[in-house]
Amino acid sequence: MYNERFDGRKSDETRPITAKVGIIPNAKGSAMFKIGNTVAMAAVYGPRILYPKFLKSPDKALLRCNYNMMSFSGSGERVRPGSSRRDREISHITEKALEPVLIVDDFPGSVVDVYIELLQTDAGTRCAGICAASMALAHAGFKMRGLVSAISVGVVGGKLVVDLNNQEEHHEEGHTDCPVGMIARTGEITLLQMDGFATPDQIKKMVESAKKACEQIEEIQRKALLEAYEVAK
Amino acid sequence: MTKVLVEDKAIVVPGQVLADGMGFLPAGAAYRDNDKIIALQLGMVNISGRLIKLIPLKGLYVPKINDMILGTVEDITMTGWFVDYGGSKYAMLSGRNYGGRDDGRIDDLSTVLNNGDVISAQVFKVIKNNTVDLTMGGPGLRKLTNGRLITVSPPKVPRIIGKQGSMISMIKDATNCRIIVGQNGIIWIYGPDPEMEIVAIETIQKIEELAHTTGLTDLIKEFLEKRVGKKNVQ
Repeated sequence: MYNERFDGRKSDETRPITAKVGIIPNAKGSAMFKIGNTVAMAAVYGPRILYPKFLKSPDKALLRCNYNMMSFSGSGERVRPGSSRRDREISHITEKALEPVLIVDDFPGSVVDVYIELLQTDAGTRCAGICAASMALAHAGFKMRGLVSAISVGVVGGKLVVDLNNQEEHHEEGHTDCPVGMIARTGEITLLQMDGFATPDQIKKMVESAKKACEQIEEIQRKALLEAYEVAK
Repeated sequence: MTKVLVEDKAIVVPGQVLADGMGFLPAGAAYRDNDKIIALQLGMVNISGRLIKLIPLKGLYVPKINDMILGTVEDITMTGWFVDYGGSKYAMLSGRNYGGRDDGRIDDLSTVLNNGDVISAQVFKVIKNNTVDLTMGGPGLRKLTNGRLITVSPPKVPRIIGKQGSMISMIKDATNCRIIVGQNGIIWIYGPDPEMEIVAIETIQKIEELAHTTGLTDLIKEFLEKRVGKKNVQ
């Protein structure tokens, strides 16, 4: 039984989070989201002209995300640069997690590019990436129905925990990892994946604790966006 | 019973609840979700009467008819030019809308405007899919030579221009530069010497940075006086 967590956190406690916007002046919007040792950066460009042309949609802009782990980001071995199957999957689910909030009807036939770079990884990268991307989109001035917050919850050694780190993701007594992304205000879920096993009851509890964590994250995201304007004052 | 959850002039983020109840109307980048008023964009709240208006702080240029914009010629076709104005697609400048002439006799349009030329033009027509038609047949609309271009965030353009052009004319007078501000956030600056151009650029960037604050005119006046060394900045 996994009673005490490796880093001494409570079962429903996230790792320390810092967030900042406006880190990349060249981009229309940018953000950094750091949760524990996982650091994600996101930059937004566009809406701009879309190539290849067959991807064009006549009624709205396309959201195109690119998730990338830097070659030095892992915990030892060099991450092979370039797109892998895993990168493409995470890029895709990031798009699906952000599309429901983003309103881009004003720019049909164009593309909004979101580049997510992971500088340092210690589990929960897709969630950190989504949090950073949603902040960057808001910072770029896009119309959004809300900010998307994401957190991974899971079952480690039979115990329900929030925000797994890399050590917990490889726990010997079995581990379940379930990234959840949602609009914290309404509780609408935009991302839900799971690796491992869990009972229906556990899944319900996991989503509930994810909602609580997402509410905290949304508050941090909000403050980070406001900070960019308070400093200027 | 309506409860307003934000103060006047507060900065809010997308998805934030501005008011709870049916007593207020949303305007600008705010929308109604059942009985709540929700922010749709990063912006500043303006409460006047029974209206909650959200003014975007950052955003994208949405073309409107009669806007004066600056752009770069990107492509030449048989009948006109494609102009990049920083939007989601290129704007079209038809040969017949160049200089107001209905002149089908120009053999090679590249002799009039070539790729890379910067122009000031007016939005003539916008259709629903964001296709923009431009015209150069108005006063002051021309090909821009010399000078330099900078880009600012489009929602800040009104602050850079100021009330009745007060802010921009202050910069023009102080630096002796010729400045054209496009509604799309592209600004052309041409001055007697490069140093004054740099002062103008720095001033505009300062306005962009502080656009959401009050008392901006006095601050910019002070800034210009310090940089230009003139006592009579008006």
